[in-house]
Amino acid sequence: MVFFFQNLVNALQWGSFYALIALGYSMVYGILMLFNFAHGDIFMVGAYIGFGVATGLTMLAAAGTLAIPNWMILVLTIIISMFLTSFVGILVERVGYRPLRDAPRASAAITGLMIGIMLETGNLILLGAQRVRFPTLIDSATYNIGGVFVTNKKIMIVIVSIGLMIALHQFVQRTKYGMAMRAMAFDYVVIPLMGVPINLIAAMTFAIGSALAAAAGILFGVAYPVLDPYMGIVFGWKAFVAAILGGRGSILGATLAGFLLGFIEIFVAMIFPSTLRDLIAYSIILVILAVRPHGFFGEPYSAKLRL
Amino acid sequence: MQNDNHMNPPKRGKFKSLAVRFASGVPLLSWLLGAAVSVILEYLIGSGLAELLHLPKIPVLFGCVIMLKEPVLIPSAFVYFMAVYLIPLASVARLTSGPVNRLAEKMLSLSVVFAVLIHLGVLYAILYFWSDISAYRLLSLKMAMIAVMLTLSLNVINGYMGEFSCSHPGFMALGAYATSAFTVKMFAGSKLFGEALMPAALGPWLFPVGLIIGGCVAALGALAIAIPSFRTRGDYLAIISLAFLFIVKSFLENLEWVGGPRGLSGQPDYAGLPTVFIWMVACVWIINNFVRSTLGKALNAVRDDELAADAMTVNTRRTKMTAFLFGAFWAGVAGGLFAHVLRYVNPATFGIQKLAEVLAMVYFGGLNSVYGSIVGAVSLNLLGEALRPLEIYKWIIIPLLLILIMIFRPTGLISFTEFDVKKLISPRRKTESEASHGAS
Repeated sequence: MVFFFQNLVNALQWGSFYALIALGYSMVYGILMLFNFAHGDIFMVGAYIGFGVATGLTMLAAAGTLAIPNWMILVLTIIISMFLTSFVGILVERVGYRPLRDAPRASAAITGLMIGIMLETGNLILLGAQRVRFPTLIDSATYNIGGVFVTNKKIMIVIVSIGLMIALHQFVQRTKYGMAMRAMAFDYVVIPLMGVPINLIAAMTFAIGSALAAAAGILFGVAYPVLDPYMGIVFGWKAFVAAILGGRGSILGATLAGFLLGFIEIFVAMIFPSTLRDLIAYSIILVILAVRPHGFFGEPYSAKLRL
Repeated sequence: MQNDNHMNPPKRGKFKSLAVRFASGVPLLSWLLGAAVSVILEYLIGSGLAELLHLPKIPVLFGCVIMLKEPVLIPSAFVYFMAVYLIPLASVARLTSGPVNRLAEKMLSLSVVFAVLIHLGVLYAILYFWSDISAYRLLSLKMAMIAVMLTLSLNVINGYMGEFSCSHPGFMALGAYATSAFTVKMFAGSKLFGEALMPAALGPWLFPVGLIIGGCVAALGALAIAIPSFRTRGDYLAIISLAFLFIVKSFLENLEWVGGPRGLSGQPDYAGLPTVFIWMVACVWIINNFVRSTLGKALNAVRDDELAADAMTVNTRRTKMTAFLFGAFWAGVAGGLFAHVLRYVNPATFGIQKLAEVLAMVYFGGLNSVYGSIVGAVSLNLLGEALRPLEIYKWIIIPLLLILIMIFRPTGLISFTEFDVKKLISPRRKTESEASHGAS
């Protein structure tokens, strides 16, 4: 039982990365019906921006110009990096997706893929091939709750990501812009006639998704403080699987699927040899999709969707 | 063809029409003969000329590598290119166009198959002399031909059937491993597989059997995607195929008897230039016939509207199944050749990066088009090799180029075009009169 809960805690942390990234995929996919294959690399860029901001702030704090505690630096890092990374998302939308909105959807997927490669390469050119170390912002403390070891980082990561998901949910459900997004997901053709500025909404979708990816990147940096330019690839594609598994444009679905993927990966690695992790995890997903081809909360395929 | 190489922007129209008038009336066979003359010229006097122009050696990929590495040598590389390729090619093509046109007409009236074989023979001679200069050229040529096969087979699924399949590297991996296991077990023998079961002399003759086994294993794997495709389309199929790719890669990494993550080596050297060339030609021919058959048209119908296709008596299930198995088969064959060209495979080769590469070639060249696949595969492959001296900046330039292509031609360079061999090799008399008619 302790074994189970211990892995549950690990899986919650692992799943929150997937869920946060999957949300960005899912929003773009739900609203524009496009795959944003650059999203995994936006996660990477977010982590690096977070690294830059955190390093800068700790240097300022060490020099004495900025008298704030370390946890405050982390909060500031997350907020500033989310803000900065959202512009990367807007740029990707403007360059790679807006010109192709009426093209075949696969073409937009290719531009996304290529922008992703350019982001990786640009990072390699700017910072070189050596990995960078994310600065330690909070000291690790381990609590023993009935035999289950929980670190404060894990608690922080899970709470921050769930908080962000709730905030996103409130934004989409309660605000005017959220309503415009839902409307765009519902019918892409009629919405401009209702006076909704679709370019603004599309850019905003990318910006929000990228901000969430940046948050995921920083949280990842806190948990596993080594960053490299290709870290976005594996994470991005797996989160993409989770996003689609959740169902078209469903925030709840993407969150649940992200956590589910985390659970499957952690538990498979615990029970079986860890080399079998991908094999078993994706076989399970294949079976789920074969039984429920539209994901958890997706509607069945219909000609009404913009395809 | 390449005559508009250095035209000045203001005179563009004039030069273009000049180039069109120059090129019109020249049949394909003349171009091939011109190319043959220039490669034989390079074969005979290439190294002498290179020495004369102070080039370190014969420019391997049309001088691109030299130009990017040492800008000082650009003039000499350019002169070399002009003297060996451009001038002989253009002059021979133009000068022989009259008699060759008559010859082409005669051959075509005799037998189409015969005419095609003659063209292929000349093409093979060109490739042979071109690649005989250096091992690097030979390797890039073989890789380009394998890329043509892969791109074509993916185009059947992504272009003609309109799905977004991400599992092609997986099929390729299955084919590569199955073929390698067959040849290593039967003819080569290794630590993993024990003694060879058959005499090594039989190997090259039974290599096609190995490739077909590889193709069939890949097709068997494709069943895992074809069956769910009955129930779902588009995005969910993309995820299923992506999951399949991860599964295949992970499966091969865990399969100890083919080497696991260390990979499988020791494939015998069966994939020479003729073998790869023959398989590529067969692949182009069969796929071209497939997509132009009733079944190919049915594929297009399923892509455009599945319900309507069903109403028009198209058996959608059988059509989808055939296309998936067919595409996967050729991907498997290409994988088998790939393994025997490199003589080493490991599972990491067949990952997301390979997927991005193949998808880029398909969408760059053009959907729903055999021409497009050939152009896309060859040009991106050679571009990748030619820009190698730029090192990492290559991965900025190639994606940028692809983004631009996607923005300005969203379906690719040459999309939705039929590949008509008979039209391609027919004499070009009529076009000349048409061109002059259009100009006047």
